[in-house]
Amino acid sequence: MSTSSATIDTPARPAPTPPRQLLPNGVMGMAIFIFTEVMLFAGLVSAHEIVRSQSIGEMWPPYGQPRLSLGETAINTAALLLSGFVLYLANRIFKQDKAKAVAPTLVALLLGIFFVGAQGAEWVALLGDGLTMTSSTYGAFFYTIVGTHGLHALSAILALGWAWSRLRTGKLTATEFTTVQVFWYFVVLVWPFLYLQVYL
Amino acid sequence: MSHAVTADSHGHAHDAHDHGPQGILKYIWSTDHKIIAMQYMFTGMIMALIGGFMAYVFRMQLAFPGQSVPGFGVVSPGEYNSLVTNHGSIMIFWVAMPVLIAAFGNYLIPLMTGADDMVFPRINRLSYQIFLISAILIIASLFVSGGGFGGAWTAYPPLSSMSEYSLTKLGSSMWLLAVALEFVAFLLGGINFIVTLMNARAPGMKAYDIPIVCWMIVIASILFMLSVGPLIAGAVMLLFDQMIGTGFFDPTRGGDPVLWQHLFWFFGHPEVYVVLLPAIGIVIEIIATFARKQLFGYKIILYTAIVTGILSFFVWAHHQFIAGIDPRMANVFTVTTLLISVPIAEMMFVTVATLYGGSIRFTTPMLWALAFVAEFLIGGVTGIFLGASGSDIYLHDTYFVLAHFHYTFFPIAIIGTFAGFTYWFPKMFGKMMNETLGKIHFWGTIISFNFIFIPLFFLGIGGQHRRIYNYENFPDLIAGQPLRVVATVAMLAMLAFQVVFFINLFSSLKSGKKAGNNPWKANTLEWTTTSPPPHGNWPQDEMPKVYRGPYEYSHPDRDEDYWPQNLPS
Ligand code: HEM
Ligand SMILES: [Cu+2]
Repeated sequence: MSTSSATIDTPARPAPTPPRQLLPNGVMGMAIFIFTEVMLFAGLVSAHEIVRSQSIGEMWPPYGQPRLSLGETAINTAALLLSGFVLYLANRIFKQDKAKAVAPTLVALLLGIFFVGAQGAEWVALLGDGLTMTSSTYGAFFYTIVGTHGLHALSAILALGWAWSRLRTGKLTATEFTTVQVFWYFVVLVWPFLYLQVYL
Repeated sequence: MSHAVTADSHGHAHDAHDHGPQGILKYIWSTDHKIIAMQYMFTGMIMALIGGFMAYVFRMQLAFPGQSVPGFGVVSPGEYNSLVTNHGSIMIFWVAMPVLIAAFGNYLIPLMTGADDMVFPRINRLSYQIFLISAILIIASLFVSGGGFGGAWTAYPPLSSMSEYSLTKLGSSMWLLAVALEFVAFLLGGINFIVTLMNARAPGMKAYDIPIVCWMIVIASILFMLSVGPLIAGAVMLLFDQMIGTGFFDPTRGGDPVLWQHLFWFFGHPEVYVVLLPAIGIVIEIIATFARKQLFGYKIILYTAIVTGILSFFVWAHHQFIAGIDPRMANVFTVTTLLISVPIAEMMFVTVATLYGGSIRFTTPMLWALAFVAEFLIGGVTGIFLGASGSDIYLHDTYFVLAHFHYTFFPIAIIGTFAGFTYWFPKMFGKMMNETLGKIHFWGTIISFNFIFIPLFFLGIGGQHRRIYNYENFPDLIAGQPLRVVATVAMLAMLAFQVVFFINLFSSLKSGKKAGNNPWKANTLEWTTTSPPPHGNWPQDEMPKVYRGPYEYSHPDRDEDYWPQNLPS
């Protein structure tokens, strides 16, 4: 394979080796999915921002609509953030000793369930105060954005529950665990942005 | 994602997925990427026939207003709107996307990169099943009470959000749900394409050894994933407006109808590149093979595709120049739109530079590929007139726009597909297609295509607006009637020529000449296995290794004018 020709450049190659994997398949697939999700929330948030900036007299919430409970939700937010941190710890423990990770994973899972439950209780209260999907665009955006996040939180809980049950029986692989974690961290980390956007 | 993880690396992954059921179920329930590709391909073809029938009906109405259309009957205004709307939606979402991305992506990416299958075969199967449901849903929406949705493929509110205006309460929501489901299907497919290309390539296949078409499909998938989120957000909001009466897009209740346009076109413009890039990729493969010459500027093509992709996120408001947007914003979007024609033009020049000095073989796929370049050029150049906000204020929503995007979409979805289909047909089915029939079909389609749409450019410049049921009601536009008739007659001719294709398809499947592994003497990996390839693509101990780039044609040190990627020397 001489390269005498000046126009075509084909230097000799080393023996073929399999391509280097940046990330395991499952984790990479999940990461790509998360990009789409980020854009989904970006779409919702920017729509909210546009409509808010056009509200009459810059009144937001509009006249007659209840304020959202910034304080109570702060507690829920703290619980969700904590769950992310606990899951991170669980992952570190998992690398040393799989069996010991069972308990912290369960704690993260329960914190997540607490978050969804508390948010649900808040919704019931707000509905009682007259904030509904059709009462104003304020209400419509609130329920759409927070509800979309809630659905994600529920799926994350199902996924982590599945991982936890496999962890208990010792069947969970490292890649599976990371894949579920990536999704969980997304649900945790996107929330503060939504919280600041919708509640403030 | 339990199953996702077991397929950890190339070659060992084969036994990680089941060999699937036998018999007829093999074709319905298979996880083999080649079978899923065929499912997408033939579903797309059937949808193209349905979409084509719709075009036949509404073009007949335009040429011969008020008369009964053979095979349909008299077209009512509501039916006309619904036909136009669903024609556009079907051709873009159920023909161009499934065929160009899903069918060719599924077929080519594993075969051309030396993988035994997609990395997530079961997600792949799920993707097709969701797609099939969405296709059934969109067809069903035409037959519900009130009829199919008629608010145009862009679905602007308030027409799309208020059933008092659209009069298709059920049809609108079914249309929207079908589109949303279709997006889910492509999301699943796209994840598969990207991860497969990144992680499952043959040993030795470095980034610049990947055939361009694989890159293009993957870049298109990335564009799709990054742009579809806001549209899904908008679709959820629109669905709520329709079904529970929220006021997201209703200005009387604090909402904003132009907001939908932003969400739609933020997706809508990248979407045109989502279908364009795979088509260009297919054309480039074919041109390199039949020019028997090394591809000109592999890296240029790759980088321009990436630049095009990035730019395509910053041009969307050129669809909204007269929607009341700030004129300063219009200026910005004019500039970005003119900018994006530069990389597109570059890709066209690359094909011409590849042809220059080659020994060109005018096979049927090559004819299609060359026609793509010629016809798309017209589409791209007319886009510049629309991108300049000054001229667009006049041209917006006229037939000039319609002709423009048909000169882009038709080369992409139809010409590009026929190019790819005729080129890889020997690999897919192990038989050659008939060249004479192929050429008759080619010339018939191309000539009649131009006779349909050139008249529409003139009508558009003459002031004929789109989406009008009967031009007899507009005294200024009656003079254009002969051109409308020319377009319709040419369309009838084009539909008739498709019969030649189907004759060719079925007779070649039945009694075509045996193809052998590599009938075109091409370099890429899919030609190193049998035609059609076995389950797993290669025997397990003969998975290919890669020693060079995909376009080493007419290398001076070799007697043969091609040099397959898998030969050590
Ligand atoms: C150099 C390339 C292109 C430029 C500069 C360009 C520019 C434009 C502009 C400015 C419009 C808006 C016209 C109006 O509504 O008044 C438009 C419409 C359109 N373009 Fe292009 N375009 C280009 C390529 C493409 C390609 C490749 C496709 C498709 C694959 C495409 C598909 C469309 C479609 C579908 C519309 C109609 C939107 C509607 O329903 O109003 N364009 N184009
Ligand atoms: Cu555009």
